[in-house]
Amino acid sequence: MVRTAWQVFLIPLLLGVVTVVGLLSALLGDHLWDALSWLTLGLICGVMAWYWFFARYTRRD
Amino acid sequence: MLSSKTIKVWSKIHTWTSLASTAFMLLLCITGLPLIFNHELSHALYDEVEPAQMAADAPKANLDTVVANGLAKMPGHAVQFMFWDRDEPEVVFLSIGKAVDSDPEDNRFIRLDSRTGEFLEEVDFRNRLLFVFYRLHVDMYAGLPGKLFLGFMGFLFCVAIISGVVLYWPSTRKLDFGAIRRDRPRMVRWLDLHNLLGVVTVVWALTVGFTGVINTWADLIFKYWQNDQLVEMTKAYKDRALPDGPTSLDAAVAAARETMPGMQPSFVAFPGNPFSSKSHYAVFMRGETPLTSRLLRPALIEAETGKLTDTRNLPLYASALLISQPLHFGDYGGMPLKIIWAILDIATIVVLVTGLYLWVVRTRRRRAARTFLKPAYSAAAQRQQI
Repeated sequence: MVRTAWQVFLIPLLLGVVTVVGLLSALLGDHLWDALSWLTLGLICGVMAWYWFFARYTRRD
Repeated sequence: MLSSKTIKVWSKIHTWTSLASTAFMLLLCITGLPLIFNHELSHALYDEVEPAQMAADAPKANLDTVVANGLAKMPGHAVQFMFWDRDEPEVVFLSIGKAVDSDPEDNRFIRLDSRTGEFLEEVDFRNRLLFVFYRLHVDMYAGLPGKLFLGFMGFLFCVAIISGVVLYWPSTRKLDFGAIRRDRPRMVRWLDLHNLLGVVTVVWALTVGFTGVINTWADLIFKYWQNDQLVEMTKAYKDRALPDGPTSLDAAVAAARETMPGMQPSFVAFPGNPFSSKSHYAVFMRGETPLTSRLLRPALIEAETGKLTDTRNLPLYASALLISQPLHFGDYGGMPLKIIWAILDIATIVVLVTGLYLWVVRTRRRRAARTFLKPAYSAAAQRQQI
C-alpha cells in the first residue's frame, strides 16, 4: 500500500509544530515557559529514540 | 504528486548541496557540541577564581573603582569595553587593549567582582582547547572570509534539508512513519535511519542552520549599523578629540539606567572605541525577559558632561541578529535545553554520516553496474547492426 503525501507528512508536520512551540516558548518566558520547551523538545528526542531503538517494524504489503 | 523527473531533479539538488557541505557541517556539529556547554566546561576545566559569597541583593561596586582596579593590573593599557554576563551577575568583565582603538582581537579579558570591585583574574581563554573549538566553529582561523564561507556552507545545508524533505515522500511512502527495516541490509537500515532522524529534527536543524548563517554576518551587520546609525547619532561630535578627563563611568551608566527604567546594562563601549564615538560612553542596555534580554538599546552619554545625547532602538536587521543568537546557541532555557541541543546535534551528525554512507554505496553500485553492463550493451548493439 502506498501512502499519500498527506499521510506521509502528517506526523512530521505535527512534530514540526511541536518543535516550533518548544523553540519559542523558552524565548518568551522563564519557569513554566522553560518547562514547556523541555517537554516539547524532549518529546522530539523521545520520538527519535523510540523509533530508533524500540519500535518493531512490521512489513506491510 | 511528484513525477519521476521532478524527483530526479530534487535528488540531484539534495546530493550535491549535501556533498558540498557535509565535511564542513560535520566540523560544525562536532566543534559545536562542546560549545553548547562552554560556560559549564570553562568552570569545570579551568580553575576560575570565584567571586565572594554575598547576599543576592548586595549593592554593586562603583564602576569607576572596577575600572581603576582593572587598569591597575595592566598599567599603560586602555579599557575598550565593560560587559556583564546575564547568568553571572556577581561578575563584571573588562576588555582591555593597548589603546582604546587598538584591534579588539588582541584584547585581554579580566574578571572582577561586581559587588566589591575586586580583581578576580585575567581570563587567558585563547590558550584553552575550547577556544580552538570556537575558532574552528566560527571562522576556521580565516577571519571574515572564513565566516562567510561557513555561512555559505550553512546555506547549502539548509537547501539540502529542504530538498531532503521533498524526497522524504517518495522515499518513505511505502513504509509506516519511522519504520526501520531491521531485517534488511545496512544500506536499507541506514536509509531508514537517515529518513527518521532527518525528518524528526528538520525544524530544529533548519533553525540552528539558518540562525548560524545569520551569525556569520554579525561583523558586517554591526559595521553597517556603525555607518548607518552610530555615525548619524554622533555627527555633531565628528571632529572632537578624546576628552582629557572623561566623567565618571558609574554616573554615565546611572544616566542610561535613568532613561530606561527596568533595563540593565549589557556592555559599555568606551570613548574612542568603534562602537562609540570619541566623545561618548555608549551604554548598551538590555531588557529582563529571555527575549528582551537579547535586544539592545544604546544610550550615548557625553563623556565630558555625563549627559545623555541620544538613544534609539537598534534597527530591525541588528535586532534580528541578536534574536537569532540564542536560537543558534540553545542557551536560553537552562541545562535541560542545552542537553536537548546536544542530543539533536548528535542526531544531525548521524544524519550526515548515514547520508554520506548512502551516497558512497550508491555511487559504487552505479559504477559497478556500468562496468558490468557496458560489454553486454555493446555486444547487443553489435548484434543489431549485423
